[in-house]
Amino acid sequence: MRGYLAIVQKELKSYFVSPLAYVVIFLFVLITGIFFYLYLSSFIRYAMQVALQAQYYRSMAPKLNINQMVIRYLFGNMSVFALFWLPLITMRSFAEEKKMGTIELLFTSPIKNSQTVLGKFTASLIIFVIMLALTFIYMIFLMVYGNPEIPPILTGYLGLFLIGTVYIAFGLFFSSITENQIIAAVATFGMILLFWVMGWIGNFVGPDTAEILRNLSIIEHFDDFAKGVIDTKHIVYYLSFAFFGVFLTYLSLESNRWRV
Amino acid sequence: MIEVRNLTRYYGSKPAIVDVTFDVEKGEVLGFLGPNAAGKTTTMRIITCYMPATSGTVKVAGFDVFEDSLEVRKRIGYMPENPPLYHDMTVESYLDFVAKIKGVEPRERKKSIDRVVELTNIRDVRKTIIGKLSKGFRQRVGLAQALIHNPEVLILDEPTVGLDPKQIIEVRKLIKDLGQEHTIILSTHILPEVSQTCDRVLIINEGRVVAEDSPENLSERLQSSEKFTIQLDVPPETALPVLEKVEGVNRVIPEKSSGDKFYNYSVETVRKKDLRKEIAKVVVENGWGLYELRPHGMSLEEVFLRLTTKEEEVEAS
Repeated sequence: MRGYLAIVQKELKSYFVSPLAYVVIFLFVLITGIFFYLYLSSFIRYAMQVALQAQYYRSMAPKLNINQMVIRYLFGNMSVFALFWLPLITMRSFAEEKKMGTIELLFTSPIKNSQTVLGKFTASLIIFVIMLALTFIYMIFLMVYGNPEIPPILTGYLGLFLIGTVYIAFGLFFSSITENQIIAAVATFGMILLFWVMGWIGNFVGPDTAEILRNLSIIEHFDDFAKGVIDTKHIVYYLSFAFFGVFLTYLSLESNRWRV
Repeated sequence: MIEVRNLTRYYGSKPAIVDVTFDVEKGEVLGFLGPNAAGKTTTMRIITCYMPATSGTVKVAGFDVFEDSLEVRKRIGYMPENPPLYHDMTVESYLDFVAKIKGVEPRERKKSIDRVVELTNIRDVRKTIIGKLSKGFRQRVGLAQALIHNPEVLILDEPTVGLDPKQIIEVRKLIKDLGQEHTIILSTHILPEVSQTCDRVLIINEGRVVAEDSPENLSERLQSSEKFTIQLDVPPETALPVLEKVEGVNRVIPEKSSGDKFYNYSVETVRKKDLRKEIAKVVVENGWGLYELRPHGMSLEEVFLRLTTKEEEVEAS
């Protein structure tokens, strides 16, 4: 436990002494903010239009759902931005240790590989949670000036958190098999993208295969969260996917102990 | 303390070390001597649980490096050839992190850091970012890191590389002091270092142990031909015919002498034969003045060269 905490602490420290974490967090929040502004302003324009029309026809203005028209799309966008940014957060975790030779310190210290992997996983996840927490400011704006439903917002964040565990788990894995940070980031991005577009590939194959592909697709499982639905099958999908990635990372480290 | 048995490690089909066997007693300082790529680092990495052996076993304090890796790692302080430093940390936070993952108790941590900082003389750079340190300081932080949990066994891979002469002397002294209570293996290709710091030397070449002994014995054992210098007060014309007739003398070579009063000769004799007594007798019998008689012990440097260049005299001995 102590070793695990030491790794978490050390990782977080090194994230925040390098500019990378700041840049990634800042850009994530900025770009999310730009889209938030665009969605919201078009929503307001549309709401005005609807109100005017209602006045013209002397009817009740229909109630527009801000959750459906702004927040849901924003969550969809954030899941894509995370795909771009998280590999940059995880790429250095093991690749740099290998390159600098500090992995030699970790491997010869009385600390289990599971502690190392989970420590690094936790630290990256904390960075991601910080990124998500900062975007919550936008939701607070909506709550102050409107009355969005709270539960779909929370499920949306849950969905983003879960999708983040998958990105991070595979980010760590690819970082653990190379010394090159760029390769780690690109491989992570490529693999996740493949699972992302798997649903689209479904359109070109037979219905049975399509069903399988759609169920494997990362983004198909996210939609329900964005809509405000919690379905255990999606939670199980993400958690087992993330667990698989963490386990592969663990095996990749552990193999150094016996691979000749 | 450390038992290494028939250790073999292949990289692909190329052997890095073959059938390496040795023991290190508690409190002993063992020097690994060998040219580059001789297998020193590989052996150390196996002992420190960094990589597995292809075959053979290593036991540290009775624990097998493969079966009880964690127990072994608790007892070993390891300084790799390139010190494993996080360049974005300060020396102090780095040592704090290492103390944590080495399992130093929270109460002891501050004390341990103070202790190793004093030992390795890095007080002035405690708050400095490691990336900004010179090579010499980094090397010492690497040493501090290996000492932080006061391990029973210290494994040091070329600990004095990159240091200036003053620091080298300091580090060697430190190793000698540490050798009082720790078991140490250090590798080096600097020969004086071995004779200054080690109780025993293991010479490795091309992955095999080629010699194992104390630095003095090794030097003695390898004196394949005895050589000594004598200084007489007679010129070569008189001295050479007489000296060369002494039983066992290979040849006598006149050397450049400082003045015209004394003449230096270098006398080579056949292997393992000390002829100093006979030579002195002959000189006295002829009524010459003997001003100096000095044996040439072979320096470890020469030993090393012989061993690693496979001269046949070594094979014979």
